[in-house]
Amino acid sequence: MLHGIFIMCAALGWPAALLAAEPGATRIDTEAMAPRMQACVACHGDKGRASREGYLPRIAGKPAGYLYQQLLNFRDGRRSNSTMAGLLAHQRDAYLHEMAGYFAALDLPQAAVPATPVAPALLARGALLARHGDPDRSLPACSACHGSALGGTLPAVPGLLGLPRDYLIAQLGAWQTGQRRATAPDCMAEIARRLGPGDASAVASWLAAQPVPAGLAPAVLASGPAASRAPLACGSVDHPPP
Amino acid sequence: MNRIIKGLATSVVALAVLAAVVAWRNLQGEEPLLPDPPAAVTGDPHAAARATSSTLALGAYLARAGNCAACHTAQGGAAYAGGRAIATPFGNVYAGNLTPDADTGLGRWSAAEFRRALRHGRARDGRLLVPAFPYPQFSQVTTEDANALWAFLRSLPPVVQANRPHALRWPYNSQAALAVWRALYFSPAPFVPDTQQAADWNRGAYLVNGLGHCAACHASRNLLGGAGDLADAGAGSKLAAQHWYAPSLADPAEAGVSGWATDEVVQLLKTGITGRASVMGPMADVVAGSTQYLSEPDLRAMARYLAALPAPAPAAQPWRGSRPADTLTQGEKLYTRHCADCHGAQGQGAPGIYPALAGNRAVTMANPGNLVLAITRGGFAPATDGNPRPYGMPAFDLSHAELAALATWLRAAWGHQAKPVSEVDVLLAR
Repeated sequence: MLHGIFIMCAALGWPAALLAAEPGATRIDTEAMAPRMQACVACHGDKGRASREGYLPRIAGKPAGYLYQQLLNFRDGRRSNSTMAGLLAHQRDAYLHEMAGYFAALDLPQAAVPATPVAPALLARGALLARHGDPDRSLPACSACHGSALGGTLPAVPGLLGLPRDYLIAQLGAWQTGQRRATAPDCMAEIARRLGPGDASAVASWLAAQPVPAGLAPAVLASGPAASRAPLACGSVDHPPP
Repeated sequence: MNRIIKGLATSVVALAVLAAVVAWRNLQGEEPLLPDPPAAVTGDPHAAARATSSTLALGAYLARAGNCAACHTAQGGAAYAGGRAIATPFGNVYAGNLTPDADTGLGRWSAAEFRRALRHGRARDGRLLVPAFPYPQFSQVTTEDANALWAFLRSLPPVVQANRPHALRWPYNSQAALAVWRALYFSPAPFVPDTQQAADWNRGAYLVNGLGHCAACHASRNLLGGAGDLADAGAGSKLAAQHWYAPSLADPAEAGVSGWATDEVVQLLKTGITGRASVMGPMADVVAGSTQYLSEPDLRAMARYLAALPAPAPAAQPWRGSRPADTLTQGEKLYTRHCADCHGAQGQGAPGIYPALAGNRAVTMANPGNLVLAITRGGFAPATDGNPRPYGMPAFDLSHAELAALATWLRAAWGHQAKPVSEVDVLLAR
């Protein structure tokens, strides 16, 4: 039934994120939230579009479940960033959930990602990893979890396009060193550790070089718990809201 | 020769006397370690269960009043299991595990040993605790309250988490240095009610000076970290490694509340925000972890006591010097561009949302550090029941010259007469 609604909304051109941000939960009070969220958009760009410097990631339109997880991770030290930890130190789960829903529901045009010259061989390796993975290293394709269009999947897997290369490399590196963690089982930490030398740079370069199709939004997958379809178990995917 | 021997002998005697004084000062006022009454004997697994629910509730409340969890809980870690780093000018101190785990927590401690640690700064094995743990203030805690706190800590789920050794520099990491420090600055001071004062003033004094340990930040500290009194002249303290300045609670030009309505003080401590002020920095930690949970009568008592603190003399003088016109022009431009949308053209703010800047003492007090930090760090007020969805202020990425101009203009606007802020002030504040 819920699926039908999603498909109908998609057909009508409504952003799925608007509905899917908080399935069956409260309406998002955009008017009340926008003035409260100025501390966020100062760095993450106008309404969370992307930052001026091109490193800090776009947060607008990312799946609410993903954003909520990251807010918890920053506040509780599973992700290491003193600015984010300081901002969120004294905020409650319910408010973090509301913040996540607010930014997830924003449907804004993509900002251009600064282009970086990359060697063709590196791009080819990146394309292979993103589209097909590497069975020799037990690496699933990015698209296996992040959606065939790499726009993310609901409720909690983020899109990978429109993000700066440096940001993507930094995240993979942080997973490899334990600087970035998620609720166990930490699937991305496992994947990052399986990457070969140069793979992080290859896949990040390829992802950052892809144009972002207009209207790219997190995909709605077939019914059933998201975790059961993933190649690896991910503790943050089916995490309950507060 | 005779002279040398005499001199040596005199020195030896003098050193012995000094050591004796240090030793005596360190044991002064300590109660004997009596065995606990049977219900709370060490290792008794049912001790917590035997503590009455009202004792446990009181203990939990007192742990809030003392904000124990703020230091004794690591970021995202188990409550009261310790591990958080406390930055001091002498190096990092790591708060200990207060849960009743036998090997890594307080599981083997007796109530008397806990009381001795709380009020006299001595661990179970007799070693001296570092005074980042505010036992000079906690020495005011009554035996009844200390026992309730103990019962509460015993009721926590035990967490296996070994204590991390402090990272203090020599000589501050030595027991001898701690003993000398204690001889100089620590006298256990059990709370004695002032019979000339009302009951609520006394209750406020007990909470502010005891478990609340307000003086740990808001009283000035000397070079060796000895804390003064809340009402000392020049009270207020730059906090080690945090950059924030803890303003004087007695000075009406800083955070003194003698001119405030009791209701407004209570509102600030309960919700973190009032029409004219919003807590930030380490005080946001205090509201978030402690004062928002305190009862209205207790907050009123604290407000009453704080309002009655004598203002230091002489009072702060208005700045009469000149300010460069181009600095003021630049500052006003920056204000209009970055600040006026929220804080208002007249600095009036929006009550309960954006604090007023006109008349705001964080803007005008002698130390401009907090003003600079508020602009450069921004942030959210702490979430409280009265303010569960706080507004966030952006961090402004301005140059030192711009920050100095903006702060100087703010300190001259709307009738303010505070000293200009230089680029060096900005550099020192960040």
